[in-house]
Amino acid sequence: MADALRVETLRLAGVRKSYGTGTPVEVEVLHGIDLTLQRGEFTALIGPSGSGKTTLLNLIGLLDKPTAGQLFVAGQEASALGEMEATRLRGRAIGFIFQYHYLLPAFTALENVMMPMLAARGRADAKMRDIAAGLLARVGLTPWRDHKASDISGGQQQRVAIARALAMTPVLVLADEPSGNLDTENADAVFDLMRDVNETSGTTFLIVTHDPRLARRCDRIVELVDGRIAADRPNTADRGGERRHTQAGALPT
Amino acid sequence: MNPLALFESIVAFRFMREGLTQTLLIVFGVALGCGVIIFMSALLAGMQANIVRRTLNFQAPIQILAPEQVARPLRDGGRESVAAQVQPRSQQLRSIDQWQKVRTDIARIPDVIGVTPVVSGPGFARRGEATKSVTLIGIEIETYFDVIALPEKIIAGRHDVGPLDIVIGIELAKDLGMAIGDKLTLTTAAGIASTLTVAGIFDFGNKGANQRNVYVALRTAQNLLDLVGGASSIEVKVRDPFAAEKIAQDIRAGHDLEVDSWIKTNAQFFSAMAAQILANTLIRIFVGLTVALGIASVLVVSVVQKSKEIGILRAMGTARARVLRVFLIQGGFMGLTGALFGSLLAWGFLLLWRGVARNPDGTPLFIVIIEPSLFAIACAGATLVGILAAVVPARRAARLDPAVAIRG
Repeated sequence: MADALRVETLRLAGVRKSYGTGTPVEVEVLHGIDLTLQRGEFTALIGPSGSGKTTLLNLIGLLDKPTAGQLFVAGQEASALGEMEATRLRGRAIGFIFQYHYLLPAFTALENVMMPMLAARGRADAKMRDIAAGLLARVGLTPWRDHKASDISGGQQQRVAIARALAMTPVLVLADEPSGNLDTENADAVFDLMRDVNETSGTTFLIVTHDPRLARRCDRIVELVDGRIAADRPNTADRGGERRHTQAGALPT
Repeated sequence: MNPLALFESIVAFRFMREGLTQTLLIVFGVALGCGVIIFMSALLAGMQANIVRRTLNFQAPIQILAPEQVARPLRDGGRESVAAQVQPRSQQLRSIDQWQKVRTDIARIPDVIGVTPVVSGPGFARRGEATKSVTLIGIEIETYFDVIALPEKIIAGRHDVGPLDIVIGIELAKDLGMAIGDKLTLTTAAGIASTLTVAGIFDFGNKGANQRNVYVALRTAQNLLDLVGGASSIEVKVRDPFAAEKIAQDIRAGHDLEVDSWIKTNAQFFSAMAAQILANTLIRIFVGLTVALGIASVLVVSVVQKSKEIGILRAMGTARARVLRVFLIQGGFMGLTGALFGSLLAWGFLLLWRGVARNPDGTPLFIVIIEPSLFAIACAGATLVGILAAVVPARRAARLDPAVAIRG
């Protein structure tokens, strides 16, 4: 029953990535990655520096194309798409949260959240404004909605970034060190918020982190070493029985 | 449909506001460039229009004369007897052959807006002891004013001359001490004299014309010059004075007549004008280039400064074409606002010029025409230059690799 309802948000099959292809300095960074994320999974991607985490995240985020292998996002073969279709799919299906929040400083918090909708549809309307206001309320920033992004604190900025990532109701949110730039308290708040979104909306999260404390709070931990998946395990550590761990069985090796 | 609600314009204007100093500086630069172009063009156009108007005041754009008479020494078919020297014939006053037919032919040419026969020749105006040589011009009252705006130049009396009337210039009136209603005696080379009453006095703003030209009725001139029923020339007005030479050529091709255009007869003026136009065009090109380079350099810097933001916009699904347009809009806007301020600047300077540049007697040195189309063209041109200048930076922005931009 549970298997039948299972929906793949993301599937990588034998994905490889080389840089400097066709030159004497060709370097392969990813050596055949197989990875599947089911809908609603909350996964940590860990690994030492230089292990290829960023490269992998760029491929999954459709910011780059694999040299070989296949990449499916929301059932669509993204590795076969042209630049324009890839951009459209990225806007529709994937939300990004970056380490340094990267809001557009010239815009207010509300406008930043509206931006993905505006970029997709081209024209501002009242509905976008309502959706953005709702998302800001959800991350607890209603009082700051009309403040310039550059005028609010780091923790608040990162919450705006989460709201922005959710604007297009993506199936997958990619977070690159989402709390790496925050103090413990704010880091926890941001993490809790993502967890909350994951549980209430069923949005799939893939979180790159160096912080073992945060990784331990995810449902599943994928470890990347030297461009290969070295470990992929459900995380049962301190999460006890309160979480579901339905994905464990479906993992490829 | 508010264009300011478009993604592209929202982002473009916010980017420009963020770099307000840069934006203001370049807009100021564009304004100066456009201001100079508009000011110079208005001045040049005013100067040309003034000279053209002054010349065409008393000269028809096209004048048709009887063909020149040439000496044809008689030759005997078989025997070789060639005159060693042939003296060119002196040109006597003659009528155009069948001028009525020529006139109807010419009136049929499109772009011709006035045709009138004229009988003109030399004569002497005498009053008491004073004698002045004049050019007697016999005009057909029904059609002459379609070609030459004599009525507008009348400063006293009237222009529609009767058989015994004459209209003279202000200088001649001064020289002979004449007023409306006074009589003078006109004598021509043909030895015919007539006493005429001064019906009107004109001022063409040209001393030569004011001194020499005298106008009488066509019939009167025909009698005085012994050219009864004839017309020594046909004067033609065309819609575009600058097309006069082209039309003159067409007439020349169809008739065995001498056809002069004012472009030919004022060749020096036209070459001076051509030089001015060339100089003005060069200035326009270089100012345009400077404006383009200025806008391009501001936008290149902006693309570098904003590469992270562009990367984020791209990552959140913004199409390349949208990023491209964000920067094209900025270029176009900088060009347009610059040109608007430049128009204001030029307008102010032109008004100032109008007030300051005057002849010693207080009349304007020349009337500067402030043509609204000039401002419109400048604004459109500057917008286009701005957009073109933005192409390179905009393409660079659109091609930014979001993965690199975000991390870089």
